[in-house]
Amino acid sequence: MTLSQEELAEELSDGATTRVHSRLRVVAGRFFRSPQGIAGFAVLAAMFLLAFAGPLVTRWSYTDKDFTAFLQPPSPDHWFGTLQTGADVFALTLRGMQKSLVVGLLAALVSTALAALVGAFAGYFLGWTDRVLSWTTDLLLVLPAFLVLAIMSPLFGAGQWALFVVMLALFLWMVTSKVVRGMTISLKEREFIQAARYMGVPPVRIVFRHVLPNLSSLLVVDATLNVSAAILTETSLSYFGFGIQPPDVSFGTLIADGSRTATYAPWTFWFVAGLLVVTVLAVNLVGDALRDAFDPAAKRAR
Amino acid sequence: MAGFLVRRLLGYTVLVVVAASLSYLLAAVALDPRSNYADRTPKPPPAVVDAQLAALNLNDKVPLLQRYATWAGGVVRGDFGRTITGSPVGDDLRRRMGVTFRLVILGVFFGSLIGVLAGALAAVRQYRWFDRLSTGLSFVVLAVPVVVVANMLILLASWANERVFGHQVLLVSGEYTDGLTAGFWGQAIDRVQHLVLPTVSLSIGLAAVFSRYQRNMMLDVLGADYVRTAVAKGLSRRKALLRHALRTALIPVATYFAFTFGALLTGATFTEKIFGWHGLGEQLINSIFSNDVNTVAAISLLAGVAVLCASLAADLLHAALDPRVRSA
Repeated sequence: MTLSQEELAEELSDGATTRVHSRLRVVAGRFFRSPQGIAGFAVLAAMFLLAFAGPLVTRWSYTDKDFTAFLQPPSPDHWFGTLQTGADVFALTLRGMQKSLVVGLLAALVSTALAALVGAFAGYFLGWTDRVLSWTTDLLLVLPAFLVLAIMSPLFGAGQWALFVVMLALFLWMVTSKVVRGMTISLKEREFIQAARYMGVPPVRIVFRHVLPNLSSLLVVDATLNVSAAILTETSLSYFGFGIQPPDVSFGTLIADGSRTATYAPWTFWFVAGLLVVTVLAVNLVGDALRDAFDPAAKRAR
Repeated sequence: MAGFLVRRLLGYTVLVVVAASLSYLLAAVALDPRSNYADRTPKPPPAVVDAQLAALNLNDKVPLLQRYATWAGGVVRGDFGRTITGSPVGDDLRRRMGVTFRLVILGVFFGSLIGVLAGALAAVRQYRWFDRLSTGLSFVVLAVPVVVVANMLILLASWANERVFGHQVLLVSGEYTDGLTAGFWGQAIDRVQHLVLPTVSLSIGLAAVFSRYQRNMMLDVLGADYVRTAVAKGLSRRKALLRHALRTALIPVATYFAFTFGALLTGATFTEKIFGWHGLGEQLINSIFSNDVNTVAAISLLAGVAVLCASLAADLLHAALDPRVRSA
């Protein structure tokens, strides 16, 4: 065995696990060195804490009605004030935030996974697989997403928000999938994939073992950007009553109700709107910092 | 070039036909026009309801494919059917298209102009105060949904009307004041007063998106050899930036511009609904709520056609900016 072969064998035997680990560490290190990465991560963590631990410290739940306080401004008893129905705005906001965060995260995960699978399969197999998948992608781009979601909204009733997540994700993945397809086509010509193919690795396994991991940076960044896109879409749909259905609440339904009373009862609108903006801003900052952290060419940090 | 365009056109036409058919079938299955008659007092006899629904091609007792064939046959002849109240869908939509066009053209024009200028300037002065300011601002704006922007603008405008102007200067609802008799100029000013807020709320978001794209594209181009060569040949820096850098950096943005325009024809829904403009987006929501299958189908067909036109326009803009596309 020559020296170079020895080195190669060494790399193959124990290099793999440590290298993956170190890449993760490099990215994490870069991410947490950038001020916006830290800020975004901290704010996002605080939001999650507020949404899921907050209900424990207030004595009102989002279904409670206080019949002694209608449309009252913030007070020690009701921290964010109350609505016309006597419902506590703080409890409602936290409940809405739980729903919006969970829906946003899940929809982003599903849509990124879909984009990765469809794009990688279309790009790797080409031919008829590619034609069928690309055509489906184009069709979903032309189909008015808003219309389909709105028509299906009666199905999103009580407890059916999982279906809402799937439908939301179904209209977020197309552009990323096109990018993934293009990158897969160029990856397919690289030596390590050709080597795997000549060694007889089944094509599906090549896609999962070699193609997708090499697109991980793009996919991670895409997922974070999709989180904010999904939260905003959910908010907009719920605003018109096409998203989360009552009695459950989300940021969208709260903003829709709040905007009607905003001129004379500002607390019904500004707290929710403010929290939404801060949440999405934090997600965007995390996405931006991740993009820089994954990019090996990004020397000029902000 | 021409052959490429024709092939693109054919592909997209097939897509639009399939998408419109799918929307019609989905709307026809999911929406229930019969329920519109259930709440009426006195309750109309079932036979009358059936006859009326059948006349509008909405009767769910007729097989779905037969209804679809009737609808598709009408569309091919340019007849989009009738709304649930019996008036032709086409007339109503033509008026609304005018309203939406006015809003979207102005909004996209100002949004992209401000965005491209701000993005280009930010790239040229990278890491100076303007770059940091515009980056920060666009991040904040990107995080705010249109719904919130529009409502904030309304609150701001009503505050400004009261405190700053002393009378109603910025009008927050509708396209024009009903029954206003103030001559041509009076009416024109009235329309502009109504137009300001919706246009601003549409432009702000677009400007933020465009400035991000333009800044990143411009940064990639600024370090390119041909810009340095242009300066070395003796062009002034300003001319090199405008003629060579900006032009190249505009290519991807032009694609995005065309698609935004197409998508906004129905995507300005929120702005229209909140400001009380009677445009296409508002009608889409209303028709879904009133189970108006024919209107829903017609609007989704229009949306598909808009995306088709936008993608063709993107190809043409691409060709105008990039000489390699023209020669190929």
